[in-house]
Amino acid sequence: MTGLLSLTRRNIKIYFKDKGMFFTSLITPIILLVLYATFLKKVYDDSFTNALTEAGAVVPDALINGCVGGQLISSLLAVSCVTVAFCSNLLMVQDRYTGVRKDITITPVKSRTVALSYFIGSLISTFLVCLVACGAGFIYLSTIGWYLTFADVMYVLLDVFLLTLFGTALSSVVNCFLSTPGQGSAVGTIVSAGYGFICGAYMPISNFSEGLRNVLAFLPGTYGTSLLRNHMMRGTFEEMEAQNFPSEVVEMIKTSVDCNLKFFDENVTVGNMYVVLIMSVVVLTLLYVITNALIKKNAK
Amino acid sequence: MNNIIEISHLMKSFGDVKAVQDLSFRVREGELFAFLGINGAGKSTTINIMCGQLKKDGGAVRVNGMELERNSDKIKGSLGVVFQNSVLDKTLSVKDNLKSRAALYGITGQALKKRLSELAKLLEFDDLLNRTLGKLSGGQRRRIDIARALLNHPKILILDEPTTGLDPQTRSILWNVIEELRKKEKMTVFLTTHYMEEAADADYVVILDSGKIAAEGTPLSLKNTYTGDFITVYNTPEDEIKRLGTEYTAVRDAFRLSIPDTAAATELIIKHPEIFRDYEVVKGKMDDVFLAVTGKKLSGGSEK
Repeated sequence: MTGLLSLTRRNIKIYFKDKGMFFTSLITPIILLVLYATFLKKVYDDSFTNALTEAGAVVPDALINGCVGGQLISSLLAVSCVTVAFCSNLLMVQDRYTGVRKDITITPVKSRTVALSYFIGSLISTFLVCLVACGAGFIYLSTIGWYLTFADVMYVLLDVFLLTLFGTALSSVVNCFLSTPGQGSAVGTIVSAGYGFICGAYMPISNFSEGLRNVLAFLPGTYGTSLLRNHMMRGTFEEMEAQNFPSEVVEMIKTSVDCNLKFFDENVTVGNMYVVLIMSVVVLTLLYVITNALIKKNAK
Repeated sequence: MNNIIEISHLMKSFGDVKAVQDLSFRVREGELFAFLGINGAGKSTTINIMCGQLKKDGGAVRVNGMELERNSDKIKGSLGVVFQNSVLDKTLSVKDNLKSRAALYGITGQALKKRLSELAKLLEFDDLLNRTLGKLSGGQRRRIDIARALLNHPKILILDEPTTGLDPQTRSILWNVIEELRKKEKMTVFLTTHYMEEAADADYVVILDSGKIAAEGTPLSLKNTYTGDFITVYNTPEDEIKRLGTEYTAVRDAFRLSIPDTAAATELIIKHPEIFRDYEVVKGKMDDVFLAVTGKKLSGGSEK
């Protein structure tokens, strides 16, 4: 236990002290912020306002801001939970390459403890970064239009935790097969650049073609983004209904921002989204355990 | 003295490459054991097997009286390893590095504090404890590497080319510390090095070539077996040296005669006292032994 705690503490410290690793992990969230600041916010502002005014509704600024802000924060958190996990978990590749792993495994500590320490270290580092992002997001929302209840906030935190767990488990499995920092950077870049698109953070999946939507419906990350959207924006939709906005329009907005997801023709409920996410975490974690056992066996 | 490491008929292959072939040797408790060979000779493979990093294909390895496979954790707890390159975390402070590694041996709290203070005094790095490891000089970092290897009071200290690239002063500090520990704590030192003068100070030497033992013995016995003696004669004209009919080379202010052994040197000196007025007799060097045994030269970090 002492070994596990010590290694986990070490892994977390290195992530926050290694400026290269830390800032690289923040590239995708920063890109997303830039996209929103430069044009996405305006695009969504206009699109929501048009949809609602065409339906004859008068829309308060705070409501539109809360709606667009909720979408921004949920997108930001959806990518951060995965890309930060990938980057912080690159430590396992770095350790293998630099020989640090050997220095650790010549001690009586078990290799499964070392593997677990990378997992927990990455999970905690990622969760801390995402909590800070979450806090900043809540502060931002409180200044432009706050429609969240305490339960919403708790659900958002649960979603962030589950998605972080998913990102950590996925990156742990992928990074097991990498042996050089070059490979790590390549995977990091691909994930940073691609994950925002495939999880619907840069652009809602509803904007994609039906074929692509069906493919993306197989990816668990999609449901993580949708969970965050549902909980971050629920209050604004409730407020729209309270202000007697046509329910068809509200549903249309919900669908357009991926709050309503379909697996082919079946609607996926929030409960089912949780099931998919939890199951994928379980499967990936089992895969990580098996991969480590096989790598250990083959290495000897 | 007891054998602290016993390796019998060790075998290890990587695909078609036979890295270690039927290797057998013993290391006695408290001795300085030198393990020599060019890169790829099988030194690292043997060390990796001893440290539990690689599984052997055949043979037996006993460390500290224990079978390797059955007592891997206990054996790991009795080893300290200084790797060729520093393998500590460059972004962390010296203290954080040593704390995180000590915890892997279960050393925490007061025991850790005591050990850190002992090692800081021994290796003179008290002032470096709070500095970031990556910002230290090569020599300072090496001292921390040694401290890390000594954290768990190892019975066996494995030094894998520990002084490569170090300045003479740091090399001297390191060897003084290691000598002190050998005397005080009866610590066994298992050394691989490219510096032959370090191997010359060993109690026992094994020379490895292509995964097999090419020669072994004390430095003296190796020198006696594989090299001759040399007589350096000063203040004597070359025609007189030529008269001896012995192979020689001119060195600065002197001539160096190659003699098969000390007895032949004595005989030659007695026979020609008028030539040997100012002279010295020396044994061959470990470099000559290595060259004679492997046909390869090994000096200062690279084989030639």
